[in-house]
This record gives sequence, structure tokens and C-alpha cells, in this order.
Amino acid sequence: MLGFYFSELMRSLPFFLKGVWMTVAVAGLSLIFGTIIGFITGIARAGRNKPARLIIGVWVDLIRGTPFLVQVFIIFFILPGIGIELEAFPAAVIALSNLTASFICEIVASGILAVPTGQREAATASGLSRYQQLRFIVLPQAMRTIIPPLVGQYVLLIKDSSVVSAIGVVDITRVGWLTVQRILEGMMVFGLVEILYFAICYPLINLSGFLERRMTVVTTKL
Amino acid sequence: MLEAFNFRVILEYLPLYMQCFVATLWLSALSLLGAIIVGIIACAMRLSQSRTMSGIAGIYIESIRSTPLLVQLYFFYFGLPTIGIMLPEWVTGVIALTLNSGAYYAEIIRSGIQAIHFGQIEAGIASGLSYFQRMRYIILPQALGMTIRPMLGQAIVLVKDSSLLSLISIVELTRAGQLLTSERFMPAEGFLTTAAFYLVLYYMLKTFSNWSEKRLIFREAH
Repeated sequence: MLGFYFSELMRSLPFFLKGVWMTVAVAGLSLIFGTIIGFITGIARAGRNKPARLIIGVWVDLIRGTPFLVQVFIIFFILPGIGIELEAFPAAVIALSNLTASFICEIVASGILAVPTGQREAATASGLSRYQQLRFIVLPQAMRTIIPPLVGQYVLLIKDSSVVSAIGVVDITRVGWLTVQRILEGMMVFGLVEILYFAICYPLINLSGFLERRMTVVTTKL
Repeated sequence: MLEAFNFRVILEYLPLYMQCFVATLWLSALSLLGAIIVGIIACAMRLSQSRTMSGIAGIYIESIRSTPLLVQLYFFYFGLPTIGIMLPEWVTGVIALTLNSGAYYAEIIRSGIQAIHFGQIEAGIASGLSYFQRMRYIILPQALGMTIRPMLGQAIVLVKDSSLLSLISIVELTRAGQLLTSERFMPAEGFLTTAAFYLVLYYMLKTFSNWSEKRLIFREAH
């Protein structure tokens, strides 16, 4: 019986690969949007504009204080109520981008604040504009503190993307859920799902650790 | 949207929400307790001299950290019955949450222990303290002081992660929102109330975390 289920599972492998593609699409799009929005809000949060700082702070707390599943449901079920009809896929990308942006915002802000003020003062004294300071002095140095947790955040993004299966996005998790209704070997089916996620996340986790060690060495040399 | 917001329904469902709030508290507290115990054991194994022990703990920690909690949850939910283990849903849920957070706690505790200077352990050995005395009086007090903040951070993650248990039909806060949505077609009232309850928990833990950082960190450790 086990052998039968196994060959049956192997036959539905193309279905699983479609799920991998969907996970990569959702996570990849959210990664791009989340990073862009996260950097913009992060720079604003470390900036001088008080109302902007306050609003972004409240947004970050609201996103951090509620479970991602609840956020997904709010976006998927409530936005149609105010006239915004969304398919599952865009709703998933919006929810995931929003979540990622809020975390990246904090990473970027703390990275920028970790750059010594003397650097900024020297830049002002040299007559650089605000934009030039940010572009040539602050961000390049902040990137050392930002990049390792950023890669770690991307791992979380891929793992969190499994939650959007709850609103019917056919990603790896959803494929597993659909398959287990037909092939009644839960451990085998979800074992395969875990292997697929592991194959994506494990290299990234190691990359994050590697970057952390590397970047720390660079900073201590300075 | 706000004028359409039906507070009467929320009042009507408030007893259910309170019940679910307590359920979330219980599930989280049980899992947290289990996770800390699992974390301490896994960490002790990871740091042990025995290659096998350290290897097993390493595989456990890495495989948990590289796969999504939802997939682990489904793995136990669909997988345990196939090997003849029938458990109530909430037990399955607590097991999955415990094993998931346990891996993160193992890493947090390990970083705390490894941050202690080796000279202190040597001094303990030279003073004739036994292994347990060294643990009890030298290592653990300092390690706990340093790791209290990441530990509370993981507790916040755990509370939020418990929302995923609603997907295996355990009645807790997120499930209450789903019930209100399916019975009255009021997703806004349902999920925003759920979110509000989670925010209460989040702010309580966050305040405690900020307080503990001021009060509990042993400065000597640095």
C-alpha cells in the first residue's frame, strides 16, 4: 500500500512543481515590493520628519502585533466590502509585501541609526545635499548592518508565504493539502512538502549566517 | 466603512471572543512551557561532546527552522493518524507549536550560553564547582539575563503563530473571526475584533519585554 501511494505521489510531482512555482512567484513579487516599500519607510523612520516617524511606527506595531493569517483574512475578506475586489493571488502579494515591508522598515531604520553621526556631520560640512549624504555616505555604511538580517527576513518571507494557502493560493502547502485528500499518507505527502521548502530556505539561512560573519569582520577591521 | 461597522454584533459575540481569548492564552502558555523545556534539552544536546547527540539536535533545529510552521502543523495533523496515533486537534496543535518554537529557543539559549566568557567556566572548575553548580550559579543566571529579550520576542511570535491552529479547526481567536464571518457574513467586525485582541496580548508582552530589559539584565555579563 505504501509503495502504491509512493508511486502515486511521484506521479503528482508535476503538480508539486507548479506549487513551487507559485510559492516562488508570490514570495518573489512580495520580496521586490516589500524591499522597495521597506527601504522608503525605513529611511523615513530614521529621518527628521516627526509625523512620518510616528505614523510609520504605528503601522509597524499594528503589523507586528497581529498574526499574518489575520492580516491575510482582513485583506482578502474586508477590502471587497469597501469596493476593492481582489483575487487570491494579488491579495496574497499585498499581504505578504505589507508584512515584509514592515519588518524591513525596522531593519533599515536601525541600520541607518547605527551609522555614527560624525559621518553625517562631516558630509554636511563638505556641502553634500541631504540626498547625496544618504546616497553616498549613510546608506553604503548602513548596508553592512542591513544585509544579514535582510536575507534572514527573506527566509521568513518564504516560510510565511505558506499561510496564503489558507485563502486558496495554490502554492506548495496548498498542493500538499489537496494531495493529502487523495493520497492518504500525511507524513509522506507533507514530508515531500517540507523537503521542497527546506531546499529553498536552508541555503538562504546559511547565506544569512555567512554574511553576518563576513560583515562583522569587515566592521571590526575599520 | 465605519458607519456600517456593527458594534452590536461584536457585543453579542463578546462571550465567544473572551472564551477564544482564554483558549489562545492556554494554547500559547502550554506551548511556551513545552518549547522552553524542549529548547533547553535540544540546546544541551547540541552543545554536548557526543557527535550523535549534537548531530540529532542539529538536524532537528535546522529542519524546523527551514520549513514553515503551517507545513509542520499539517505534517502532524495528517501524518500522525496514518501511523496509528489519534490525538485531539488541540494536542496536535500544541505539539507542533512546541516543537517549532523549541528549535528557536534552543538557538536563543545557545547564543546566550556561548556569549559567556570561557574564563568564567574555567574559574568555576578551578573553584571546584560541579557541573550543576556551574550551570546553576555561573552560566544560567547570566545566560538568562542576556536572552530574556529574544525569549520574550519568540513568545510574541508563538502567540501570533497560534493563529494557524484555526486552520486545523481548533477554536481560538482567529477561529472566532472565521465563525463571525461565516455565520453573519461580517468579516470586518470578525477579523478586526480578532486583531484587536491579539494587539492587547502583543502590547502586554512588549511592555513586559521593555521592562525586563531594564530590570533583569545582569550588567556583569557584558
